[in-house]
Amino acid sequence: MAQSALAISRKTGTGAALLVAALIALALGAVISRAQGGAQLGPSDFAAVRFTVLQAACSSLLSVLLAVPVARALARRRFAGRAALVTLLGAPFILPAIVAVLGLLTVFGRNGWVNTGLEALGVPGVSIYGFHGVVLAHVFFNMPLATRLLLQGWHQIPSERFRLCAQLCLTPRAMFRAVELPMLRQIVPGALALVFVICLTSFAVALTLGGGPRATTIELAIFQAFRFDFDLGRAALLSVVQLVMAGSTALLALWLVPSLQIGGGLDRMMPRWDARGGLQRAGDAAVIMLGAAFLLVPLGAVVWRGVLGLPQMPPEVYRAAGTSVMVAVGSIVVLLMLALPMAGWIAGRKGGSMETVGLLGLSASPLMIGTGWFIVINPYADPFAFALVVTMAVNVMMALPFALRILVPPMRDALGQYGRLSVMLGLTGWRLWRVLLLPRLRAQIGFAAGLTGALSMGDLGVIALFADPDRVTLPLQMERLMGAYRMDAAAGAALVLLALSLGIFWICDKGGRWRAEA
Amino acid sequence: MLKLDDMLIVQDDFELRADFTLEAGRKYAVIGPSGAGKSTLLSALCGFIPLASGRMIWEGRDITNLAPGARPMTMLFQDNNLFPHLNVMQNVGLGLRPDLRLRQAERAQVEDALGRVNLAQYAQTKPGNLSGGQQSRVALARVLVQARPLVLLDEPFAALGPALRNEMLDLVQDMVTQTGAAMVMVTHAPDDVRRIADEVIFVEGGHAHAPRAAAALMEDPPPELRAYLG
Repeated sequence: MAQSALAISRKTGTGAALLVAALIALALGAVISRAQGGAQLGPSDFAAVRFTVLQAACSSLLSVLLAVPVARALARRRFAGRAALVTLLGAPFILPAIVAVLGLLTVFGRNGWVNTGLEALGVPGVSIYGFHGVVLAHVFFNMPLATRLLLQGWHQIPSERFRLCAQLCLTPRAMFRAVELPMLRQIVPGALALVFVICLTSFAVALTLGGGPRATTIELAIFQAFRFDFDLGRAALLSVVQLVMAGSTALLALWLVPSLQIGGGLDRMMPRWDARGGLQRAGDAAVIMLGAAFLLVPLGAVVWRGVLGLPQMPPEVYRAAGTSVMVAVGSIVVLLMLALPMAGWIAGRKGGSMETVGLLGLSASPLMIGTGWFIVINPYADPFAFALVVTMAVNVMMALPFALRILVPPMRDALGQYGRLSVMLGLTGWRLWRVLLLPRLRAQIGFAAGLTGALSMGDLGVIALFADPDRVTLPLQMERLMGAYRMDAAAGAALVLLALSLGIFWICDKGGRWRAEA
Repeated sequence: MLKLDDMLIVQDDFELRADFTLEAGRKYAVIGPSGAGKSTLLSALCGFIPLASGRMIWEGRDITNLAPGARPMTMLFQDNNLFPHLNVMQNVGLGLRPDLRLRQAERAQVEDALGRVNLAQYAQTKPGNLSGGQQSRVALARVLVQARPLVLLDEPFAALGPALRNEMLDLVQDMVTQTGAAMVMVTHAPDDVRRIADEVIFVEGGHAHAPRAAAALMEDPPPELRAYLG
């Protein structure tokens, strides 16, 4: 009986994992079953594959390259508002893509602030559509994420190293090579891989800023094959390509990605003795200001235009907002029901390989899952009636890998520290959850719930497939307003969406930490 | 009372054998070099490590495959003996009710135990706000309410200063004397052995040797033990 004393939630955990796998497998099976034997990928599909890889590579490279100086400057300096800025770096991750796109359009668009400025100077304007635009938007989303990951790395360098360097009077350059470069070597590959995977499956950005034969991602091609051509065979083939590509990168990322921490990069500001020179100081200040401006100006633009646009919003926006809140809350509930037992099961095991199950959600195309379930439901009922349920399920799949990443390490710690005590006291099953795990993991559960809520609130994916006048979420409503060139109304809706996304995240995250101690 | 019948523990390339009987109400010290397997022995007794072979017989009943919580023993670990998010009352109460639903009589029992370790006024306090010695006493109060016939101590007082540690050892000694429980204590300090142990289990070279009377053994140690004691 080599039974581990700490095996927890084995049945519910495996059950949840199997359910997730089945949900994806069934969708994939359904899509493949409809794929006619003659289905083939055309030249435009290969162009989409090429574009997808190219833009993801550029986006991840640029995001991480730009993040290095910003993170370094933030790690070296203390200033008023630093904590707020670091917190804001987490915002783009939960920012609805469509809202960010609107902000970027306001700043970089055809009649945007940058182009107006350039025109006044007599310089030809820049276009935000196509390859540039997609990369720009991806960098906007992922540079702050990469900055936070790197900042975490900087803060994990033991302060003794910096003291030693100060005693040895190392120059900033020598210091970079001796201390900072080895850390970067560890963190950068993971950050690159994570951003690459995120950009690989990007849909909303490609839908709004890309498009056309030269700027279509695989995900967008799946959407078009399904929605416009109703060519299930091609959609199926593309889904498989996507699954293989994103799946293998996601697997790679799993080994490389540093764990996501709450408030990572916020605490432990240690004194530094290096980089006190005027030039270093000015350089850091400039880098921080540029980084902050890149993040804050588009966000400010959304708020500014949104306030002006609020009165012009049609009443459908409010109905859509209600629908979105419902979907988001539902996603949170379902996510917790799946992620908690799965995390417990994974944390109780010795190896961590089962985390891969969660990654399926990251690599399987949401649109593929949506398409698959459309096909599965179609013979029995009106698939449009299930639009919101499928959306909810897909949102949960998307959030699952992140939730596991957040929940598993602290759960493993809690079991490592208190597992034997719990077992000795006869705490098993539900009692173990109630006495040990739920109270110990409150903060992380709140964080994971908040992330899920925000992702779900802002998601524009499957719902676009099932578009139907009666079941519209707020991001879709916003996209429609933009498509109809009602930009002011869209800006108002963007502000509402922004407030709801950040609001649901804030409530869950604060709720988790409320009166939490020890 | 607890018969270790040709028991063998295997962990990777580490092996430990034990074949002896622990008697009721006796106080045993487990000593031996670092890494010899003192903690491993206790973990196996408590059921955290499965046996490779052999049996454990408790008063004629085979408990080899029983879950840790179902065994007639309780253990204090080196650290993490209390849940930091639960208050003192709840931590002690877990010894009686794993679901924390204490009935009136059980509450009174917990309060009585806290009184006996001089912590009556701290029932609602969280462990983080207590000193190291106070935390140890909370854990002892839980051992008291659990009232298991065998108490295992895996150096739970190692982090305390000498005076405080002696105080705790005296308290433990009082407790087991009152409840009639047997005690098995891992220690590094010969002084501890002299202070409370009746018998000594010397762990060395892959063997947990059968217990020998403490006084005689410490007076005239065999060569291996002499080498360890220095």
